[in-house]
Amino acid sequence: MRPKLELLDKALIERILEEAFQLIEDPGVRVAPYVFDLLRGAGITVKDGVAHIPEALARRLLDLAPRGFCLYNRHGQPAVRYGGDDVHFDPGSSCLNILDPETQQARPALAADLVRLVQVAEKLPQFAAQSTAMVCNDVPPEIGDWYRLLLVLWYSEKPVVTGAFSATSLQTLLELLALEVGGHEALRQLPRAIFDVCPSPPLNWSEFASQNLVDLARAGVPAEIVSMPLAGATAPVTLAGSVVQHAAECISGITIHQLAQPGAPIVWGAAPAIFDMRTGKTPMGAIETAMLDVACAQVGKYLGLPTHAYMVAGDGRVIDAQTEMESGMSAVLGALAGINMISGAGMLDFLACHSIEKLVIDAEAIASAQRLIEGIEPRTDSLAVAMFAQTGLHGDFLKLKETRALFRKEQHFPSAVIDRGLPGVDGATPDILERARQRVEELLSTYERHPLPSEREQEMIAFAEREGKKAGLEGLPEILHPEYAPEPGLI
Amino acid sequence: MPDDSFSAMRQSIIDGAPDTASSLAQQSVASGIAPIDAINNGYVPGMHHVGEQFAKGQMYLPDMMASAEAMRAAMAVLDPELKKLGAERPMAGVVVLGTTKGDIHEIGKILVGTLLTAHGFRVHDLGVDVSGEKFAAKARELNADIIGVSALLTTTMRNQKGVIEALEKAGLRSQLKVMVGGAPVTRRWAEEIGADGYAKDAMSAVALARELMAQKTQSSLAESV
Repeated sequence: MRPKLELLDKALIERILEEAFQLIEDPGVRVAPYVFDLLRGAGITVKDGVAHIPEALARRLLDLAPRGFCLYNRHGQPAVRYGGDDVHFDPGSSCLNILDPETQQARPALAADLVRLVQVAEKLPQFAAQSTAMVCNDVPPEIGDWYRLLLVLWYSEKPVVTGAFSATSLQTLLELLALEVGGHEALRQLPRAIFDVCPSPPLNWSEFASQNLVDLARAGVPAEIVSMPLAGATAPVTLAGSVVQHAAECISGITIHQLAQPGAPIVWGAAPAIFDMRTGKTPMGAIETAMLDVACAQVGKYLGLPTHAYMVAGDGRVIDAQTEMESGMSAVLGALAGINMISGAGMLDFLACHSIEKLVIDAEAIASAQRLIEGIEPRTDSLAVAMFAQTGLHGDFLKLKETRALFRKEQHFPSAVIDRGLPGVDGATPDILERARQRVEELLSTYERHPLPSEREQEMIAFAEREGKKAGLEGLPEILHPEYAPEPGLI
Repeated sequence: MPDDSFSAMRQSIIDGAPDTASSLAQQSVASGIAPIDAINNGYVPGMHHVGEQFAKGQMYLPDMMASAEAMRAAMAVLDPELKKLGAERPMAGVVVLGTTKGDIHEIGKILVGTLLTAHGFRVHDLGVDVSGEKFAAKARELNADIIGVSALLTTTMRNQKGVIEALEKAGLRSQLKVMVGGAPVTRRWAEEIGADGYAKDAMSAVALARELMAQKTQSSLAESV
């Protein structure tokens, strides 16, 4: 039996959907001029920038959205399956700061930090996908979106969760992905990346979010709606009320998306949070935030859609017991909820900061959560009696062939980040931060970059140099490629 | 019995009761209490108490928003009375607030505005998606002391710099202080764009605004000397 966490009963889900459908019709959903004609063409009334979407039409479009799809790795093999109860994790994304590995103080992230994070995540099987995890402060902001993606594509073979901060940068990102995979049709067939697209709460699809939905649908590249109600501030204070708003934002987004291209892949995603009434902060590690994530995903599953949530992030400002307690609980709850993609590992301080050391600690929590959802299997015809028949009351289970045959399936073995008293670990490094640092160094020292076919690399470099030059970028930070580097100093 | 009246006024703010605050203000006018006394001895102490309790974590944001609403209701009665007398409410400074161009997020900014008002500043909130030129025009119109620019997104944070440039272009930069805030904003960013201050949350924004006013007073004193 696969253990499963559900927070809503069927009657409550039905009420949530009923109200969500009411909301998208009245008061309706604010949309941008980019989609006015598309919506009006389908018979939707758009007045004063607000679309009033009838339930029947929205339901028909929800039915057109695919129940599942895959993201592919660089070799064109399916590596992430969206749909059903499959669970995957990826690091949190687009963070401005990093906890410096030496000082453990937050500082602006640089391209070199992103590369380190990508290399570490590449080595960790807990992460099925990469993310464009950090904003590189040493890269001009106007090219930041695609440059992050370039670094991830360069150093990783895994699928990528990414996103565009503007309508124009989306086209550049799609261009880059097409170059890497061998053309726009190949990108449509074997998408390696999925794009987060965020409505603005409450019920507002901004110009660039509307445009991203439409352009992604038409390019056949998966989109992940990341609706983020803040309960009590930009959404109703009740968790149930916020789940209604989340559903309304997702349904209206899917309406726009499926009208642009029926059957295009889309995900029911969420990054909700409660709004702390003492501080105005939005704690990602609060239990109610995790409850919102689980409930939002449950509504998406009820509709048969692939799901996403933002979890495994803690709110402490350093790697400490609070940060890891929150992150670990959240990882377990997300896995139990069967959410297809869970983003957020590595992040702390209300998503303001990333940490590679935290990423390797979170990977241990994720591995435990992954073990948990494998559940308890009988594995042997006789559960215990046959083993007792061999040992009697002596209790020598260690000697049994069943023990040797099955212990690897039954037990998960964490890395040395988790103190289980391994020789050379226990006592020598009682501090988890130090063990995490050692783990990061160990992973980095065994990381090996697998180059792309040289003509593809050449095209990507040419593209990056051309686009970079427009923004005054000198050289290509962290892309080390002797053959195509314009100056020896870059190598 | 002005003391009882003042105490009721104070309590109406703490309770976040706009109707009570307003009717007490009307009664005080009718009974001849000087509007300035009602403000200084009744309503402002209520707001101070709210600010203090909030800072201690013993009062919550929805309560504070209700208190600010009650304060507005009282002032809607008392401000016209002050004007009739040719007086103005003493205030800590004039602040123009807004969220930068391209950004529609304003929770943080509303909190800052509420707390600044609670601490005696006169706040004009320009709302969201505000251009540098709009900031400059309003600052000129109100003879503002401080401009507060908020941004939630890394992309729109850059427009905070645009506000400072617009103030320079309008020739206003040296006459006022600029403070910046928002989730992605850091002290370093504030320094980089030449802002006068950065606050990480609404309570520190109040402390910052007071400090900036002190700086402003000192520099104008120095100039006059």
